[in-house]
Amino acid sequence: MSQRTSIEQATVEIKTSNKGVFPYRFEYNPHKKTNSFIVPIVSTIVALILCAIFIVINGMNPLTVYGKMVQGAFGSSFGISETLLKATPLLLCALGVGIAYRISIWNIGAEGQFILGAIGATAVTIFLPNLPGPLYIPLMVVAGIIFGGLWGLFTAIPRTYFRVNELITSLMLNYVALLLLDYLVFEPWRDPEGFNFPGTPLFTPFQMLATIGGTRLNQGLIIAVVAVSVFTFLLAKTKWGYELRLLGANPTAAAYSGIKVNKHILLVMMISGGLAGLAGSIEVSGVAHRLMYGISPGYGYTAIIVAWLAKLNPFAMIFTSIFIGGLIVGGYSVQTIGLPSSMSLMLQGAILLCLIAGEMLSKFRLRKATGEE
Amino acid sequence: MTTYAVEMQGIVKTFGEVVACNHVNFSVKKGEIHALLGENGAGKSTIMSMLSGIYKADSGSISIHGHTSRIRSPKESMELGIGMVHQNFRLVPTLTAIENIILGEKKDVWRGASWRARKEEEIAIFANNYGLIFPMNVPIWHLSVGEQQRVEIVKTLYRGADIIIFDEPTSVLTPGEADQLFETMKELKRNGKTMIITTHKLKEVMTVADEISVMRKGEMIAHIKREDTTMQELAQLMVGRDLSQGFELPSIENGKRILIVEDLLVKGEQGMTALNKIGFTIHEHEIVGVAGVAGNGQKELAEALTGLIHWQDGTVILNKELLSKPSVQSLIDKGIAHIPENRMKSGLAGDLGIVDNLLFKTYRNKERTKFSLLQKKKNQKWAKELIEKFDVRTPDLHSPVKQLSGGNQQKLLFAREIDQEPKLIIALHPTQGLDVGATEAVHNMLIKLRATGSGVLLISEDLDEVMQLSDKILVIYNGQIQGVLSRDAADKDEIGQLMAGLEVRKEPIYESANLH
Amino acid sequence: MDTAIILMSAAISAGTPLLFAVLGGILNEKVGVINLGTEGIMLIGAVTSCIVFLQTENLFLTFLAALLASAGLGLIHAFVCISLRANQIVSGLAITLFGTGFSAYLGKSVAGSALPVSVPKIELSWLEPIPFIGRVFGNLDIFSWLCIFVAIVMYFYMYKTSWGLHLKAVGDSPSTSDVMGVSVDGYRYFHVILGSMLMGLSGFYLIMVYSPNWIEGMTAGRGWIAIALIIFARWNPLYALACAYFFGGLDALGFRFQLLEVAIPSYFLKMIPYIATIIVLMFVGWKNRHKPPIEPKALGVPYFREQRF
Repeated sequence: MSQRTSIEQATVEIKTSNKGVFPYRFEYNPHKKTNSFIVPIVSTIVALILCAIFIVINGMNPLTVYGKMVQGAFGSSFGISETLLKATPLLLCALGVGIAYRISIWNIGAEGQFILGAIGATAVTIFLPNLPGPLYIPLMVVAGIIFGGLWGLFTAIPRTYFRVNELITSLMLNYVALLLLDYLVFEPWRDPEGFNFPGTPLFTPFQMLATIGGTRLNQGLIIAVVAVSVFTFLLAKTKWGYELRLLGANPTAAAYSGIKVNKHILLVMMISGGLAGLAGSIEVSGVAHRLMYGISPGYGYTAIIVAWLAKLNPFAMIFTSIFIGGLIVGGYSVQTIGLPSSMSLMLQGAILLCLIAGEMLSKFRLRKATGEE
Repeated sequence: MTTYAVEMQGIVKTFGEVVACNHVNFSVKKGEIHALLGENGAGKSTIMSMLSGIYKADSGSISIHGHTSRIRSPKESMELGIGMVHQNFRLVPTLTAIENIILGEKKDVWRGASWRARKEEEIAIFANNYGLIFPMNVPIWHLSVGEQQRVEIVKTLYRGADIIIFDEPTSVLTPGEADQLFETMKELKRNGKTMIITTHKLKEVMTVADEISVMRKGEMIAHIKREDTTMQELAQLMVGRDLSQGFELPSIENGKRILIVEDLLVKGEQGMTALNKIGFTIHEHEIVGVAGVAGNGQKELAEALTGLIHWQDGTVILNKELLSKPSVQSLIDKGIAHIPENRMKSGLAGDLGIVDNLLFKTYRNKERTKFSLLQKKKNQKWAKELIEKFDVRTPDLHSPVKQLSGGNQQKLLFAREIDQEPKLIIALHPTQGLDVGATEAVHNMLIKLRATGSGVLLISEDLDEVMQLSDKILVIYNGQIQGVLSRDAADKDEIGQLMAGLEVRKEPIYESANLH
Repeated sequence: MDTAIILMSAAISAGTPLLFAVLGGILNEKVGVINLGTEGIMLIGAVTSCIVFLQTENLFLTFLAALLASAGLGLIHAFVCISLRANQIVSGLAITLFGTGFSAYLGKSVAGSALPVSVPKIELSWLEPIPFIGRVFGNLDIFSWLCIFVAIVMYFYMYKTSWGLHLKAVGDSPSTSDVMGVSVDGYRYFHVILGSMLMGLSGFYLIMVYSPNWIEGMTAGRGWIAIALIIFARWNPLYALACAYFFGGLDALGFRFQLLEVAIPSYFLKMIPYIATIIVLMFVGWKNRHKPPIEPKALGVPYFREQRF
């Protein structure tokens, strides 16, 4: 044990060979405070530049591509409403995974939980066809949350009782969920009058979320913003929020203070899955108005980036989800100039990579080399 | 031909704002055992780490055998013939002794069965030359601490070291093992090796050292020959003032029995028996010390009594209440406080601020939360009062506690635990890594708790500490209580024998408890 | 008997891409670096192979290109995790996202075009007389053999050489290795990149042998199954061989059932490998619940030399 475990500024030199040639050295300071907004913004810009290089290599003008994307996402009221439409599920899923990441539970199963939520909501319409109309929406939302939450629980149980890494379980369950969705929309639930379209029949108006104004936007957006507010409050002010803070900061110490770690993991995974399931139910009842093949264009994965860009802060996720939502919509609009929409996936990966690299880089500082020469 | 094996001149090393070494000069003659004396935080380890290439000095020069040398990495240090026996051994726990010893070897890439057999024989002979014996083909983590240290010494020698640094080598050993180590060191001296031993234990210095250098607060205070000094003088040099030696524990009548433990059977992490049918009692106004080498069941004892693990068999009675599978929370509510072994690992959350860390145990109370909402203002006021009362030095209430010094962290921890007005406090190695001032503060807090009527279970590897503070001493070995000694009857040699499992004291080890 | 032979052959061809990826993952994790970029690196390996082969029709150049591209991604992961000490999990996820997107972007132009590839096979006529083995291994393509060869070489490398000892030491206790003069960063960089190259080969095999036709996201989670198999195989390359073929067999089994027109919908058969992964891991976790974990002790932990410990 060294005597001063707590010494701050435990500076770490990483380059030793550059002396003489380069009169400076990099020093690493793990506790250096960085401005919380600059790093994500700079990282995003760096990522865009890096991808621009690839676009140039591919023989296109990056400015045209990016311009097209911005215009598609934010250039018209249609674009903006589409962007917000994408931001809604992203926000809810990011909120879900973000809560799990806060206590170091690596839930990457939001995609599957989203799909299960969509299936749950649709199941209400299929199995209970003759309910009084106003009952549908609340029931569908609740079913979505429960289905998603249970799917999350399937990840948490192996983790808590069998020491199985939740990363793998949650991802495997994504594939299972996807196959289950395919089965349902291709086989038993397929609309018999749908000309072989892999999807359920359209919902009745009572099963659809009301829209806002004349756009495709719906009440889901409001639900998402309310959810963010609720969780911001819960995390900051309540006993439960304190327990999560403790679990996130030091799980061992949390156990010593009487917090039941396993119980919290189960609960958090259920909430995490429930939020993604909520997003799924909103997607079917508010946007697609039916369950169909490919109901999620990877919202669950993209949400991971939304959450990290926001540094797991629920409130900041509102902005990052709109940004990434715009990226997706912009990705669709570059299809008109012959690029795949997966452009945006590539950008997302690059942004995330630059973000974590940038966060660590910002803890280094350049210092004049001293001593020993 | 110079007579000095090591000469360090004008060494400066800073960590951020903290000056760990301030123009330190340090020289060691060839073939001597040189003690580097200083309390925790004096800068001994820093100096030695520079010699072994782990840290680099900001300025200053180092000569080895008369040649100015730049030591930029552990590898370069090794090439100069410097070897270090680290306090927390630098052994890979999953590898065997042999594998650890040959780890640094680069030649002979292919390692078939015959190569192994040859090496094994070679190392066995080599180790025997110095009388160092240990199991060769068992993963290191199965070995006792003493054996591990022997592996570490053989490793250093095998790699051709002729200057060997022992960093606090006895801190983890039983007194018997320590004596054995000193014999080894003398044997090595006869073989012409130069040795440096860093320590804060005066008796050791007087036993083995030829020359002594004393450090205090990052500065070199004195160089003395052993013959020319006394323990008292060294103590004063090391601390900078007179050490309050062997203070009297005020005598208090024991109160009611707080805790009765009988036939406690606890299984450890891998299903092995960690505590084998042990029993003892703790009264009000009583400090019960547990002496023993780490890893003999102390950790499990603390964890069982705080509800972190459940016992398989036995009776535990807390304040006349029979406990069965208690949860951590229920024991906190019943008044058991806990100072865990490693404060940053399990006691505090380094990234959180003072308030959040103080709330650990009490956040469920009505005063701290209402309708499950944290009472922010009230809690801040309470936290402020506590840190004033316990003299925790911190810039503000919100800076992460990992930025506090070890002493202040420990005071914070005590503040939190004592604030619950515990009936029983279980303290594991409460002064580990603290300097003398903070150690004294911790001791005073424990004595104050005793005075106010709490029972204290003090588990420590520091035998002096246990003997100084305890009303009653339990010696634990291999999950069993080897003996119980009263304060007056405690004798260091006997405790040492008991700690090593060499002797069993057949005495009624607990008062026949009235269970019903 | 025939069914068994066909099944075993199918298990090998479905298991080989898994095996490449598992072996790559073992190299990564043995030095203490989690690489969750497997899926992305495989996809990049596959798409690079596809493009280069369509351009050159040269198998060797294609092989090199796959190695190079995956080494590039490995270098990024290594730099971010080892030099910058960022969170390895997030870095791996980012690599997977980037790889998925970038491969789709690159593969847009070649999607759907079947590769006119014929991978050379090694005929071992002396194996013919042995009943089962002869039929299965007598006429295997060179890359399946390469994979088996890599697994065996890795076994000896890890357990019978000084490098293997260093490898284990770096993954279990980097600070000790450093003190002993073993370059922690050097070993980590080298093995992360080497492991990533094996993952790239997995993609190469997938598109050159298993299904010679680029489809977006064609790895279908194999990278993730490979990550799970590392645990199942207990970080041992020879166990990995058995595990990968076993999982390849499960994959093939689903396919067989489909051909046999069993009453189970194919969707559920396709779920078998994923669900089997979870169940197997739960079984392993339950069986070893009282044993000390055998994963490399420093897995996921960045190393600082001047850190105060």
